[in-house]
Amino acid sequence: MPLIELEGVAKDFVVHRSAGLLRRDRITVQAVRDLTFSVERGTILGYIGPNGAGKSTTVKMLTGILVPTAGRVSVGGLVPWDERIALARRIGVMFGQRVQLWWDLPLVDSLELLRHMYRVPADRYRHTLASLREALELDPFIRTPVRQLSLGQRIRGELAAAMLHDPEILFLDEPTIGLDVVAKQRVREFLIRANRERGVTVMLTTHDLADIERLCSRILIIDHGRLIYDGDVNALKERYGTERVLVVDLEEPQGPLEVEGGRVIKVEGPRQWIAFERARTNAAQLAAAVATRANLRDLTVEEPEIDDVVRRIYLETRP
Amino acid sequence: MGLDTLRLDWELARRGYARYAAYPAATIAGVFVNTVFGFMRAFILLALFEQRDHIAGYDASATVTYVWLGQALIMTIYIFGWQDLALRIRSGDIAGDLIRPVHPLRASLAFDLGRALYHAIYRGLPPLLVGALVFRLVLPADPLEWLAFVISVGLAIVVSYGFRAIYNIVAFWTTDHRGAMFLGAVAVNLFSGFIVPVAFFPDWLAALAHATPFPSMVQLPIDIFIGRATGGEVLGTLAVQLVWAVVLLVIAERLFAFGVRRLVVQGG
Repeated sequence: MPLIELEGVAKDFVVHRSAGLLRRDRITVQAVRDLTFSVERGTILGYIGPNGAGKSTTVKMLTGILVPTAGRVSVGGLVPWDERIALARRIGVMFGQRVQLWWDLPLVDSLELLRHMYRVPADRYRHTLASLREALELDPFIRTPVRQLSLGQRIRGELAAAMLHDPEILFLDEPTIGLDVVAKQRVREFLIRANRERGVTVMLTTHDLADIERLCSRILIIDHGRLIYDGDVNALKERYGTERVLVVDLEEPQGPLEVEGGRVIKVEGPRQWIAFERARTNAAQLAAAVATRANLRDLTVEEPEIDDVVRRIYLETRP
Repeated sequence: MGLDTLRLDWELARRGYARYAAYPAATIAGVFVNTVFGFMRAFILLALFEQRDHIAGYDASATVTYVWLGQALIMTIYIFGWQDLALRIRSGDIAGDLIRPVHPLRASLAFDLGRALYHAIYRGLPPLLVGALVFRLVLPADPLEWLAFVISVGLAIVVSYGFRAIYNIVAFWTTDHRGAMFLGAVAVNLFSGFIVPVAFFPDWLAALAHATPFPSMVQLPIDIFIGRATGGEVLGTLAVQLVWAVVLLVIAERLFAFGVRRLVVQGG
């Protein structure tokens, strides 16, 4: 039986917008529409989509903080919003942009308090804490009040807090947002270890394509509240992510270049954007071709952004 | 409710204490201000006793004792407005509290009891000691009266927490909780007997005040201390406070549940 199941889930929000001095219009916003998917135990699931696509709304429904307008949800056999406290003991939740630790207390005090909230036995706590301290390198700042931590340190602290009670499922809403490269890598390695060694199922939302490539065995993409892709990362990249863009700066502005294997998608003064398929040509060949037609001053290659991939899928799947 | 949950309450209270103990400079500044205002209030009220010996059953030393106890209770019961909970609701951080296996109000009450103990010792006792050195205060003679006073202050803290929680929970419905906080603080200041004793009020206003939970936060513990409530009256006073503590906590819990429902159904 799948660990997480959603069937026909929808969530509407009613927002009020002022229309004149005293009138307010009620507008219904469909945050999520007809969402159906299931997740097996042991998966690292990437849940992606542009801002406002409905990612956080879904995570909130799965953790019991939001009640769907329609549909059925089951997490570990529980209905999240009806059995929020029973579910809370089995899941770890981290909202990257929210502070869940006690702001004025040293990190270790927050962890101690959570230990008592989740009734983690003392010996297991010692053991788990030791491994978290090592994996997340908490020692340099574990006695520092949370309000004095850097973002990267705080996120690592929040992750430790989410893992302290050995949850079966981790819900991570943008766990690497605002982190530098080193900190991102540390968080990713930690998640991979937790998944391999403890069998933790992870569902994470992110904007970071590298998170998805390094972590996720499966990804779901939503846009405008609808599921538009469900599959693994390689298939996605093969299907949608093969087009890269060569950006060339020429000595002088000129009309769109005609080069074999590439097509100019944008011209801005002396700068031109040339899209090409990785399967048909490569950046070096293309640059050489450009050099025969114009004086080249500089060039860069742009990898597809996840938002671009999403936009392309969305355009293709739109009825 | 087993030993586990009491242990959690204890751990939370300890951290509530430690959180405020981390700012000794703020404590010193606060003690200074509370002491200065204690002298001002004491001299203003003493001026009334130049004309007469008693006002509504208070003599000069009972009145001065009343003033210094009031100064000691300012931070202990957090008279001037509290917004820790409202800020978490407004910022959305409350979502993080809802995914814990413990009721957020229970956790916050336990934390607040630790805070109150710190404030009672470090913000309450120093001005009271200064007052006791400079003026002749009325002190309870019987250890039982001291005990009753300590219990009464404990209940006052819980009553005050219940009321503070209620005006904080308003943040679920408004984007600006400070209006409610301000009104709440004004009501406490006026009707608790903090500014002048409830007994100094005109009869109708005193009756009105006694129909509210506010005297349970300031006036009733002071009544026990200065001996206005004696014998069986002490038990009656504690019972009134206990009833208000329960009533306000129940109201806060129901309101919080409504607020959470609004949040989870309509989205925050």
